[in-house]
Amino acid sequence: MTDILREPAIADRRPTGLRASLSEFWYYFSENRGAVMGLWIFVIVCFVAIFADLIAPHGPATQYREALLTPPVWQSGGDWRFLLGTDAVGRDILSRLIYGSRYSLFVGCIVVAGAMIVGVALGLIAGFVGGVVDTLIVRIMDIILAFPNLLLALALVAILGPSLTNAIIAIAIVQQPHYVRLTRAAVLGEKQKDYVTAARVAGVGPWRLMGVTILPNCLAPLIVQGALSFSSAILDAASLGFLGMGAQPPTPEWGTMLAEAREFILRAWWVVTMPGLAILIVVLAINLIGDGLRDALDPKLKRA
Amino acid sequence: MLAFILRRVGLLIPTFIGITIATFGFIRLLPGDPVLLMAGERGTSPERAAQLMHQFGFDRPLYVQYFDFLTSALSGDLGNSLITKRPVFEEFWSLFPATFELTAAAMLFGILLGIPAGIIAATRRGSWLDQTLMGTALVGYSMPIFWWGLLLIIVFSGMLGWTPVSGRISLFYYFPNVTGLMLVDSLLSGEKGAFGSAVSHLILPSIVLGTIPLAVIARQTRSAMLEVLGEDYVRTARAKGMSSLRVVGVHALRNAMIPVVTTIGLQIGVLITGAILTETIFSWPGIGKWMVDSIFRRDYPAVQGGLLLIAVNVMVVNLVVDLLYGLINPRIRHR
Repeated sequence: MTDILREPAIADRRPTGLRASLSEFWYYFSENRGAVMGLWIFVIVCFVAIFADLIAPHGPATQYREALLTPPVWQSGGDWRFLLGTDAVGRDILSRLIYGSRYSLFVGCIVVAGAMIVGVALGLIAGFVGGVVDTLIVRIMDIILAFPNLLLALALVAILGPSLTNAIIAIAIVQQPHYVRLTRAAVLGEKQKDYVTAARVAGVGPWRLMGVTILPNCLAPLIVQGALSFSSAILDAASLGFLGMGAQPPTPEWGTMLAEAREFILRAWWVVTMPGLAILIVVLAINLIGDGLRDALDPKLKRA
Repeated sequence: MLAFILRRVGLLIPTFIGITIATFGFIRLLPGDPVLLMAGERGTSPERAAQLMHQFGFDRPLYVQYFDFLTSALSGDLGNSLITKRPVFEEFWSLFPATFELTAAAMLFGILLGIPAGIIAATRRGSWLDQTLMGTALVGYSMPIFWWGLLLIIVFSGMLGWTPVSGRISLFYYFPNVTGLMLVDSLLSGEKGAFGSAVSHLILPSIVLGTIPLAVIARQTRSAMLEVLGEDYVRTARAKGMSSLRVVGVHALRNAMIPVVTTIGLQIGVLITGAILTETIFSWPGIGKWMVDSIFRRDYPAVQGGLLLIAVNVMVVNLVVDLLYGLINPRIRHR
């Protein structure tokens, strides 16, 4: 009798806590081969970006006047000094791509961080406070979403002036409504639940209720959105660079490199092909991760 | 149904007012002298500046200025372009058919390939075909389309010489502008080879612009189809001995299409974003290229008017999608 009392027969022995949920997450995430591949590519790109000074064979702005528009090594006329060839003013394309990875990752990180912090805060307030505040926030976000994102970013850059910093600000402004919507919807869903009522009755203040009680339970969709907006931030920044409204030459930003290469499109294919391929690979890797995150974090699909 | 339509239209009024406030604010947020920006005149005398100030109404209170802007915008007056001196409203609608033709062709490309690809992938879930199709779709979804366009130009225009590099039709043909749609006008003109030329100019831009919608539609069709194929009524239909084609094509497809239609509708923003890039690459004389050019030329009245008209267009398309959605899915009418 005492034994039974001490140890209930149907105990839930599944481990809990952060480490357990991380390992559970990894279990589902690693089942998705594409996602793991994407993660590897992403890690390699991060490594390259951090150690660009050590890895790059040449400086990003060093010009070799004797080697203008050298084709890649595997083509006739290639030069082993310039693995992926050189551009119209004799800069090594591989080195520029390596340094360029810094800009893309930087743009992605800053945009996601900025849009997420502002968007989640606004979403929490809208969902939690409700009433006029909610209506106002939702309306403003609807207006931002009524403009196609690149067009709005272009208009904002026209106001702020073309530069990488302003492109980042514009892209972050364009992206944050998605976080507001997701957070608000999640908060509205969670707010009704018993654990929140219990916490409220126990005397938990509104800030703690928002940040500590509710927010952690809304994280899954936000993480997935984070991956999605990371990749679209990189694409948007490259698009702005391509249109001449983002990073300005001679910055080795990938979109800007493409814009500079446009006139050589029919003469030197590698000048055009390489930067775009770099953008595609990074964006694809992040989207693979995003798909894996969605599958691993979505409880509906998990046990199916 | 009428109540549903009215409710949806009513919901748009605050958004519309918000859009006008945003575009009205745009010019006022620009750094520099508004007279200089709107009149495009440099080195004016103080008297001339004061006169322009008065003409554009910048000397009146902001709410009066906004009210003027709103009333003239509602009557179709968005000011004149600084460069061409033509009304912005006219300029926009004269370029609109080019963008409409391009986006419609791109959407058609995306739908015609995307839906079958999604269905095939769903019915052969987990097979190599499914994995290849969905892998390709993810590549398409991740594509920097400005680069994709340049790549296609290198291959099909540069190496193979199959398609022209830019424009809507070869300069060789000249015929009256009836509908503004090159495909229709070239047929109406009866000129030999004109239609073929228009088609060959349209192919690459619509593939480029249609790539992301294609990928999104294929992915959405697959997941909607998978969800429906697991439903009881599909199992019942199969159990009754119905042919696989009929089960998938008739029973499952009709219900799977509901989310797909929404997805297609949501692509309008993607298409306009894409049109800005595609039109720039292919020198396609449409709204997207005009907006980019206007931004570069600091033709702010054109930018302001263009922003407003594009946002209103997006709003109207979204409304139509919403109504269509209510039509094919009666459940949401009674929310």
